[in-house]
Amino acid sequence: MLTLLGVAVIVLGFALRFNPLLVVIAAGLTSGLAAGLTPVEVLAAFGKAFNTNRYVSVAWLVLPAIGVLERAGLREQARRTIQGLRAATAGRILLAYLALRQIAAALGLTQVAGQAQTVRPLLAPMAEAAAEPLSEDDRQRVRAMSAATDNVGLFFGEDIFLAIGSILLIVGFLDQSGITVEPLALSVWAIPSAIAAFLVHGARLLLFDRTLKPATEDVA
Amino acid sequence: MIGLPLVYLLAGLMFAAFAGLSLADRENNKRLGNAAFWGLFALSFLAGDQLGDLGNGVLALALALIAGAGQLGVGVPRTTSPEERENLAARYGPRLFIPALVIPVLVLAGSLAFKRLTLHGAPLVDPKQATLISLALAALVAAVLAQILFRQPAGAAVQEGRRLMDLVGWAALLPQMLAALGAVFALAGVGKTIGELAVMVTPADSRFAAVAAYCLGMAAFTIMMGNAFAAFPVMTGGIALPLVIGRFGGDPAVVCAIGMLSGFCGTLLTPLAANFNLVPAALLQLKDRYAVIRAQAPTAVLMLIVNVILMNALAFHAARP
Repeated sequence: MLTLLGVAVIVLGFALRFNPLLVVIAAGLTSGLAAGLTPVEVLAAFGKAFNTNRYVSVAWLVLPAIGVLERAGLREQARRTIQGLRAATAGRILLAYLALRQIAAALGLTQVAGQAQTVRPLLAPMAEAAAEPLSEDDRQRVRAMSAATDNVGLFFGEDIFLAIGSILLIVGFLDQSGITVEPLALSVWAIPSAIAAFLVHGARLLLFDRTLKPATEDVA
Repeated sequence: MIGLPLVYLLAGLMFAAFAGLSLADRENNKRLGNAAFWGLFALSFLAGDQLGDLGNGVLALALALIAGAGQLGVGVPRTTSPEERENLAARYGPRLFIPALVIPVLVLAGSLAFKRLTLHGAPLVDPKQATLISLALAALVAAVLAQILFRQPAGAAVQEGRRLMDLVGWAALLPQMLAALGAVFALAGVGKTIGELAVMVTPADSRFAAVAAYCLGMAAFTIMMGNAFAAFPVMTGGIALPLVIGRFGGDPAVVCAIGMLSGFCGTLLTPLAANFNLVPAALLQLKDRYAVIRAQAPTAVLMLIVNVILMNALAFHAARP
């Protein structure tokens, strides 16, 4: 039971907005010590896992390409493209992106888009341009909703693909428990939730447009 | 065979360059902190396998201390002004999208083609890492292409990379740190304990209650651990297998597929899923660290309810012989 103190450290540390890197190390030490390990053993276990998980940080290799494109005006070009479309609103752009992201993820193409390579240089500037003029608070909300839409599209699309990590995990786990399940069956049963996610988040996006505009426009 | 070591070498060199440029950046009064932070990260990529477990632990601790002591600043390398960017956008127009589109196209092509490439019967590229290697290659090609197509000064890509990296700051390291924490939690048996607690409070007498307990448990455990994959074996072994599937005859495929997606609802709600929830807030320069979580919370909560209803409606019809 004492090992759960590590979770408590995480919850408190994040809630009180301490530096998350420190919170993570403190939580690891807390749970490790509670489980009877020495501080050196905990640090070694942490270091070992830190080293084997380096692949998680490889995605940052994309930053120089995005940065140099921004330097050459990519974000401004994204805005210009949207400003020519009269029917474009932030909600509609995000809705179209949600559909594309879900479909791509369902085909296994989870890495073709992402927060660094798509949302920052393309999606967020497009959504902002469509919603302008914007107050600073609303600008922040449009950006946050752009990032959120990428996540929702990814999460509720990828499980429809047969060979994605989560499907393989389920198949392997059930197999150990003596239950045989075809990956196809799992991906088929991810479809109802995927459709529901598109409807739920899509409806929120269309309603989101109304919250950005002054109330007077709705009356007319 | 081309594998992860080559990708790590590339990442190590990139972070070493960020460290060097930070050190030379006299306008950043925290340049020493930035140089040490990105330099240690470079060391991890270049020599992590030689440092030993404890050495890597000390390195991770040092990174956390630099960030925790507030020694990370934001370097502002000289870049183009907003007006210059407008002019460049007007000049180059839609061509600016080409390198940005090269990234997904090459990732796609690489992940498909690299699995088939062989040299004297041996795979040329590690098939297990095909996507990651494609991503690294695509990033490199796009950077060079952008540099040439739009006549950017030499070294602009690395400087611009550092500009963005400094904006992300410590959040860049958080996903990897949390993955390491997951391993320590597993060693300490944290997941097992939470699973036992969840099983204790699950009502065993009603089908709907068992379904709801499984879905909500998946989400809650994911919120606490930051990862639905960690939650799945514990919750499925504790609640779904004995109750939802065992006692009430739910179809395992439906139960597990929707159970996993209930876990994903938790992922949308937790700061521990840093690469999805906190890193974008840094990349988009949001004032509120948790703004992305706030934006997706209503979707996550509604989808959790929808998943409970769907599992209850779909799992038991399909299971009947």
